[in-house]
Amino acid sequence: MTYLPLELPGLALASALLVVSGAISVAFRLGLEKSISMAALRMVIQLAIVALVLKFIFEVDAPVWTGLFAIAMLAAVAYEVTSRQDRRIRGWQAFLVGAGAPFVAGLAATLFATMAVIGNEPWYAPRYLLPILGMMLGNALSGVALVLDTITEGAARERAVIETRLALGEPRFEAMGGVLGRGLKTGLMPILTAMAATGIVSLPGMMTGQILAGVSPVQAAKYQVMILFLISGATALAVLMAGLGAILLLSDDRHRLRLERLTAPRTTA
Amino acid sequence: MLRVENLKIGSLPPLSFEVAGAECLAVEGPSGAGKSRLLRAIADLDPVRGHISVDGASQREMPAASWRRLVRYAAAEPVWWTDTVRQGLPGGPAGAARIQRMMAALNLDPRLLDAPLALLSTGERQRFALIRALVDEPRVLLLDEPTAALDPANAALVEEMIRYQLLAGKSVLIASHDRGLLARLAHQRLQLARPVLPARGGRAA
Repeated sequence: MTYLPLELPGLALASALLVVSGAISVAFRLGLEKSISMAALRMVIQLAIVALVLKFIFEVDAPVWTGLFAIAMLAAVAYEVTSRQDRRIRGWQAFLVGAGAPFVAGLAATLFATMAVIGNEPWYAPRYLLPILGMMLGNALSGVALVLDTITEGAARERAVIETRLALGEPRFEAMGGVLGRGLKTGLMPILTAMAATGIVSLPGMMTGQILAGVSPVQAAKYQVMILFLISGATALAVLMAGLGAILLLSDDRHRLRLERLTAPRTTA
Repeated sequence: MLRVENLKIGSLPPLSFEVAGAECLAVEGPSGAGKSRLLRAIADLDPVRGHISVDGASQREMPAASWRRLVRYAAAEPVWWTDTVRQGLPGGPAGAARIQRMMAALNLDPRLLDAPLALLSTGERQRFALIRALVDEPRVLLLDEPTAALDPANAALVEEMIRYQLLAGKSVLIASHDRGLLARLAHQRLQLARPVLPARGGRAA
């Protein structure tokens, strides 16, 4: 089996399907035509840029450029984490937790994969490092966003319970244990569901990609299994760091609840 | 002996006062004057400026959890997070005996310990919350509206319980709108109302 490259006429043909969603929008007066075309345009431009940048990075194959791309990913993670929360914790420490937890966990899992599991030479080869890092970051990011959202929302809602427990002499991690536990559980739920549903509900994108590229399904499945293990590890680590960090940031060293460090709830436009 | 020096609550002038063992201080003032904020600050639940100590031991030099076992704040609204009262009370045989005695004194049926908390009345929950605050025998009690949700008969039982705590040598601060309760229990009064100075010992920072 060989890999069939896709050419521009083929892409144009596929884009015709976009007309279907546009037609639905017009027929039912959803007013989404503009959003659909904008979203499609954004996707094409973003992917084109990423593809060209990656092509360049793979060709020069220099650690500096690989590192720069990884830093750009970190910036995107930091932006996403903050924009996904209803009530953020104020201050640079919160930023550090939100962006740092996925990055540290994602990087650790990625290095583990390239150095120990796959064993590619050199370990920093961008063809392996960057896509895996991207998958780790994406999933760890979703988990962290969920944890932070659950904990900030829970702490605000259960203020009376937490303060009563503090007043009875419980330390902060005990008094906020309920909120923390629920946050960690919520953050880990997506990856657990994904592992259980993989192969039944959907073929994962990476496995599909490898099969289309001519890799044997068994090999592709092995890679997918490894990736899911890595993702679960990275997500668990990121979720734990973010959860503990959020509790620390919402309380102080005198074990007081400090809800004034939260921003006001975002009004939904 | 609880000693409060130059405690700064909101826009109130700095507060300084002392409450000896077996002594009761009434904290009075209209709603929003800062009664709860004062009690919360003494329990170290809010960051404020000022110096607070119990028997010479300073709040800042003591771990927060130890301080709050010594200085117990009981909020006006009783809050429970477990399914039954028993799960929300500290265990241990010594505690169990004390809980039993206090339940009898507050006219609480022993069966309520294992009843679903949602089925308890507000007054029952408030009396259990008082037991929960007293069971590990803190030295200083900060009671916020301890009789607010109670009928006169049960309010009298709670008053009796507070009097017993005073006899046992505890320092008690009560924030309440119940003038009769304060008149019968209090040895000194602290009037919080802007911009009036506190009734005793107020001085500039």
